[in-house]
Amino acid sequence: MQDIGEAFRLALSLVLSGDADLFEIVGLSLQVSLSATLIACAIGLPVGALVAVSRFRGRGAVLVLINALMGLPPVVVGLLVYLYLSRSGPLGFLGLLYTPGAMIVAQTILIVPIVAALSRQVLEDLHGEYAEQFRSLCLTRWQSITTLLWDGRYALMTVGLAGFGRAAAEVGAVIIVGGNIDHLTRVMTTAIALETSKGDLPLALALGIILLVIALGVNAGVQMLRMSAARQASLGAAHV
Amino acid sequence: MSDLSDLRMTDAVRIPRRRAAYAPSLPLLPLRVSGLRLDIAQGALLDGVELTLPRHGCTVIMGPNGAGKSILLKLLHGLLAPSAGSVSWNGLPATEATARQALVFQKPVLLRRSVAANLDFVLKARGGDRARRDALLADVGLAHKARQPARSLSGGEAQRLALARALATDPEVLFLDEPTASLDPASVQVIERIVGEACARGTRIVFVTHDIGQARRIADDVVFLHRGRVAEHSAAAEFFPEPQSQAARDYLAGRIVL
Ligand SMILES: Nc1ncnc2c1ncn2[C@@H]1O[C@H](COP(=O)(O)OP(=O)(O)OP(=O)(O)O)[C@@H](O)[C@H]1O
Ligand SMILES: [Mg+2]
Repeated sequence: MQDIGEAFRLALSLVLSGDADLFEIVGLSLQVSLSATLIACAIGLPVGALVAVSRFRGRGAVLVLINALMGLPPVVVGLLVYLYLSRSGPLGFLGLLYTPGAMIVAQTILIVPIVAALSRQVLEDLHGEYAEQFRSLCLTRWQSITTLLWDGRYALMTVGLAGFGRAAAEVGAVIIVGGNIDHLTRVMTTAIALETSKGDLPLALALGIILLVIALGVNAGVQMLRMSAARQASLGAAHV
Repeated sequence: MSDLSDLRMTDAVRIPRRRAAYAPSLPLLPLRVSGLRLDIAQGALLDGVELTLPRHGCTVIMGPNGAGKSILLKLLHGLLAPSAGSVSWNGLPATEATARQALVFQKPVLLRRSVAANLDFVLKARGGDRARRDALLADVGLAHKARQPARSLSGGEAQRLALARALATDPEVLFLDEPTASLDPASVQVIERIVGEACARGTRIVFVTHDIGQARRIADDVVFLHRGRVAEHSAAAEFFPEPQSQAARDYLAGRIVL
């Protein structure tokens, strides 16, 4: 086992020298997780908005289900996606297994419930404020939903961020459906797992540092967006 | 504070327009309310409300805090469902009645967008003519605030924007819940003039206010609510000199209404 300080030094030099392998892995990670986040928002935001503005029988059960799905264990999702995408599985003809596509599918499934549940909460609060005005204006459900999504955009950005964070950080699902194949499906988390088990701590640490920086950077970016929006808007909007 | 040059009248509120969404065949009025009651767990907020409003004019609803004025407006506008009794707008379906009316809430609810976008939103949603936006803003003295986020408006400005938004829907009945409660004197005059002009071209006005002077200026008839009941409904010319109910007498005299 190497000295930790030595490992850090090597890791930093890897990052600073722009190591090609390292940045290929980082690039694929971002590509997969951002795609999954976009798809999950496209599905989860309308679902969250619809549940937020609707009163129907079984709504409570739907809420419990969505909240429960937030805690889906990644390895279980990975296993299910694997079963569907494997050559003998129902979607095997797609040939997605061990490709970035499969990883996007798995991460999307993992974070759709997060986006739906968190956006439902955000939009329901907003709807509580707007509902009477909407009814007075006789808005259709569609008009209500699109208005809530737009007016809640800054809060929803943090919802998307939470989804991205979970997607980028998870390892169990992508390692099963992606296989951690070098130059093809190796992402930051699977590489860290592999390099650590191989004892190549500098690469693992370098990736870990980048993962942290990305998480911090995205958070800071969204925070800045929210703050500039709040400055433009009112003091009240800062609490949204 | 408010720029007086902006507080002039323009054509936006003078030109009578028909709403595109509904082509009303039957008039909305008269309004007949009978046996209206609204219960919550702790008891009745409104009880036994009987009310008939003729086709034209400006009705002012008065009454002490908590009398049920805001609740009554929401029931009349179709935002709340009564526990008993009925609200009949000339026998028309309730949803059609709501769509042909507008309510300026006591607490304005503004979208998290610019002042102009708040109006655009309503003009678009209700099939109105978006070109009217600037004229509407000028009417309520907010032309110079068009780009400002609506939620950063002052209390009085927010109320004026809410009124402009209500006018943007070309309502046949306009409910106003204390629309001048936080306005400066000049703005109060502007609002009263806008409302008066709307009334003159046939918009039915139902106006809640605590301002007795204002009520005298604008009311054709007065509904006095007390503890969820109509204590008195009479022509303004009779109500102010000779209120019939003890509650109204106390209220007008500035005494605590028991
Ligand atoms: N959702 C509610 N739940 C319980 N009580 C309510 C609710 N809404 C209103 N009330 C009560 O109903 C009564 C009438 O309320 P309302 O808002 O109509 O009063 P108001 O006449 O408009 O008074 P103000 O002059 O202060 O605006 C009040 O006592 C209020 O506390
Ligand atoms: Mg009130």
